[in-house]
Amino acid sequence: MTTDTLTRDPASTVPLSQMDVSDPKLFQSDTIGSYFTRLRREDPVHYCPESAYGPYWSVTKFNDIMQVEVNHQTFSSEAKLGGITLQDMQSGEASLELEMFIAMDPPKHDAQRKAVSPAVAPSNLVLLEPIIRERAGLILDSLPVGEEIDWVDRVSIELTTMTLATLFDFPWEERRKLTRWSDVATATPETGVVSSFEQRREELLECAQYFKGLWDKRANEPPKPDLISMMVHSPATRDMPYLEFLGNLILLIVGGNDTTRNSISGGVLALNQNPAEYRKLMADPGLIPKMIPEIIRWQTPLTHMRRTALMDAEIGGKKIRKGDKVVMWYLSGNRDDEVIDRPNEFIIDRPNSRHHLSFGFGVHRCMGNRVAELQLRIIWEEILKRFSKVEVVGAPERTLSNFIRGFTRLPVKLRGH
Amino acid sequence: MPTVIFIEPDGAEYPIAVKSGTTARDAAVNNGVPGIDGDCGGECACATCHVHVDAAWMSRAGMAEPGGMEANLLQFAEGSTENSRLACQITMTDDLDGLMLRIPDGQH
Repeated sequence: MTTDTLTRDPASTVPLSQMDVSDPKLFQSDTIGSYFTRLRREDPVHYCPESAYGPYWSVTKFNDIMQVEVNHQTFSSEAKLGGITLQDMQSGEASLELEMFIAMDPPKHDAQRKAVSPAVAPSNLVLLEPIIRERAGLILDSLPVGEEIDWVDRVSIELTTMTLATLFDFPWEERRKLTRWSDVATATPETGVVSSFEQRREELLECAQYFKGLWDKRANEPPKPDLISMMVHSPATRDMPYLEFLGNLILLIVGGNDTTRNSISGGVLALNQNPAEYRKLMADPGLIPKMIPEIIRWQTPLTHMRRTALMDAEIGGKKIRKGDKVVMWYLSGNRDDEVIDRPNEFIIDRPNSRHHLSFGFGVHRCMGNRVAELQLRIIWEEILKRFSKVEVVGAPERTLSNFIRGFTRLPVKLRGH
Repeated sequence: MPTVIFIEPDGAEYPIAVKSGTTARDAAVNNGVPGIDGDCGGECACATCHVHVDAAWMSRAGMAEPGGMEANLLQFAEGSTENSRLACQITMTDDLDGLMLRIPDGQH
């Protein structure tokens, strides 16, 4: 790179005092990385006094993020204080006053999480594995070899939606409603997914109505190991107020949809960008279990989680004031070379590959992490049985969001064995 | 060098001798004991090193401190009992030589 192109790169020229990493376009164009590299080097705990989301702190290094993660007494997830994303929850026009346990502090968080977590616990997943494998096989068998297809739509969305429908025991033919609600839940009008906050609100209320129907049905049936039945029959969740019910559903839908979907697509892209790693995988499919955490680190499907300081605190030598918004950039921490060796390389047999931030840590650590890993492992095992290559044949299109790091389109061609 | 013995759900035993001061989590991760991932690096932040302390060893190994981070995380771990601990919070000493830790069924 010449000095000229370096000086033109806004990531290296913008004064630190004006550096704002919240612009969704930086994520859509996948140019955000150089901003985080600079912050990690020059101002790892960075204050941005003015942005579309108000003032906020960026925590960019792995160990500083960990410190915030484990201190839920100081750094709150409470929805009424803004919740868990850069964009405040329950603010102004987007407001639905949703409540969900990811955006609650203990003890209320604990009771609700405990009520639903058995659905995604290992003993339940053992029962799910053959079902997910069969469905993954059917999806892959339906794809044409040698023709251009959109991997996002045909595989990533289809598999995660099927899994989610299975976890909810959701009416099978209508399962793409789950995909739609997941997209709507995290959308703002500028994304084009919805045309207005009004429309978003209406669609989410439709979602709530639909689930209310399923809820009432489950309430009159004996308990089963699906998420809705568990919520209906657990004392911690059965009398939830309406907006808390809707909030927790949306949490499970987005959590189960928008994340793994993008790791499935991201893995295909990463292997195509690193052909030596793809060859390594083909030569030894036994590497799949080690590769899965590396894909999840590499993709980091949620770029950040946000907290609000309940009292004055210090992170990395910076004074955080009570009430400040603190953003933990997982995407940056997962590229921190003080903790991860050669972090900008995708290495499928990386030692210690499980040590990444994508699931978060502490009491809010991703509840569905084992379902995510299970789906990724199964889809790759089934891909390798069928195809010598999933070849990316065009530019990927990325999601316009500073929260979801994902793909809206990934054109591929399948090569047979 | 005290020895910690990990016992898998199928009964397989992994006896590991470590230097005093090593955590049981590090003993497991560094020796590839199945079922102990230790994702957070031993920071008491993920509960992927959940173990059941053998009843005979509870008085010496001790319980997770009520209300502390370890207890907070254990409440969400599958198969959590009053003998549950996070292996990263158990530091091996000569007094714990022979400590038996059982890996919960279905963990990984």
